Amino acid sequence: MPATYDLYQDQILDHYKHPRNKGPLPDATLNARDSNPLCGDEVILHLNLDGSHQVSEVRFEGQGCAISQASASILTTMLKGLPRADVEALNQDALLKKLGIPLSVVRLKCALLSHHVLRLALGDKKTDRA
Amino acid sequence: MAKPAKVLLNVPAIKADFPILQRKVHDRRLVYLDSAATSQKPKQVIDATSDFYARYNANVHRAIYELGEEATREYEGAREKIAAFIRAKSPNEIVFTKSTTESLNVVAYGYGLKGKLQPGDEIVGTVMEHHSNHVPWHFVKDHKGAVLKYVDVTDEGTLRMEQYDDLLTKRTKIVTVALCSNVLGTINPVKEIAKRAHEVGAVCVVDAAQAAPHMPIDVQDLDVDFLAFSGHKMLGPTGIGVLYGKPEALEATEPLLGGGEMIREVHLGRASWNDVPYRFEGGTPNIAGAIGLGVAVDYLTKLGMDAVRAHEMEVTQYALEKFERLKGVKTYGPKDVKKKAGVLAFTIDNAHPHDVASILDVEGICVRSGHHCAQPLMERFDLPATARASFYVYNDLEDVDALVAGIKRVQEVFA
Repeated sequence: MPATYDLYQDQILDHYKHPRNKGPLPDATLNARDSNPLCGDEVILHLNLDGSHQVSEVRFEGQGCAISQASASILTTMLKGLPRADVEALNQDALLKKLGIPLSVVRLKCALLSHHVLRLALGDKKTDRA
Repeated sequence: MAKPAKVLLNVPAIKADFPILQRKVHDRRLVYLDSAATSQKPKQVIDATSDFYARYNANVHRAIYELGEEATREYEGAREKIAAFIRAKSPNEIVFTKSTTESLNVVAYGYGLKGKLQPGDEIVGTVMEHHSNHVPWHFVKDHKGAVLKYVDVTDEGTLRMEQYDDLLTKRTKIVTVALCSNVLGTINPVKEIAKRAHEVGAVCVVDAAQAAPHMPIDVQDLDVDFLAFSGHKMLGPTGIGVLYGKPEALEATEPLLGGGEMIREVHLGRASWNDVPYRFEGGTPNIAGAIGLGVAVDYLTKLGMDAVRAHEMEVTQYALEKFERLKGVKTYGPKDVKKKAGVLAFTIDNAHPHDVASILDVEGICVRSGHHCAQPLMERFDLPATARASFYVYNDLEDVDALVAGIKRVQEVFA
């Protein structure tokens, strides 16, 4: 496979084909959903915090391209066990670094949809869809 | 197919006319399969637009000096070429706009919203329209109280013509339809639809954005009242579009833009209007664009629109046969190329259309992915998105082979 297939590295394909923490979480306290109107990518995020304000459970649902769905899967693995303050502080760059793929402006929207939904779940009404 | 189909155009010579096709993308030969979004431009068109700016740039219709006369002559010459191209009776039936979208908005606003329509009057569209032929009519519904009705499509992707029997009534004032679908490639029986529209006293408004570049159009034979198309999809520049209208239809249409050019006399607080088509061309027009489109029409006319259509039928037939043999790949729209233009929407199992387009891009192949500005149609087929390849005069069977090889790479990545 030529090197220019950078976008579809093993980690991305693995998370796309075998998503982590995927499914509903009916009793979740923090929930949000959004879609990318351009391509229809959709991510729904569910979070539960325990008594010490740590992420005890996290799940995502959604559909769309490999980048958007792998990004959501990878984001959930980053969130589990994190104190709320750290979740609040988790910025776009942290997620992009974890994804580790070169992204065009258009595909950046796919990659950052899950982060945008996380911000919505935290109650940030001014979050940017990227 | 035992042997490759005979290609009717001299594609290597045509490719040589398009500077962009000489470049490489990701170190690969550029295989451009997105002409339904916008076509590439031959050097003749590029030269004509730069020639205008380099040699005779001046505003049209007003300047008394030589440059202005040359500019006006070329601009009006383009109008004549376009009239001949769609067999209009007169250049006065050709309005320059910026796009198909603007053309359709001019009709929706000027004939629908500000024209004869009364609350409760009905507009009959179809579910296969581009958003540009949906949303302007929403305005007429929202601001005038018009009632919108839609003809559905069959699973094959053709219009359910029998539905016109019930949908067309004495209250129908506008019947609107695409001559060719930008997703399914379906060529609609517009002549028959126009006849049905006229039987109930309605006008027929046609979106020809996907048809004008690809097949001969005879507006007199079709007997439509309005017909809209864009320059940039037919080898011309962006920012230039056309609205054809029968004289009586244009006379019954209020102008959308007030300003220069469209007036006869202006006084404080009131104005009288110029004749059609100038009434609809307020503001300095896209002169270079119109001249470029005129040259694009020359280019297509020289190839011959019958040959263009026949060529695209061959390429599309070849693609359909190749796709038929690909496991896990589904195509949408008619399979009979007599009913279909060179537009091929497809999906690949387990691969999202955006990923399909991304991987094909690495191979130097440009295809579109998404909802193609036809969300109601996508909903009808319960599809969030598809990939779409579309063919034009500079595409050949080798391009189809490249696409098929690219699809196999996609399947390897997502196996």
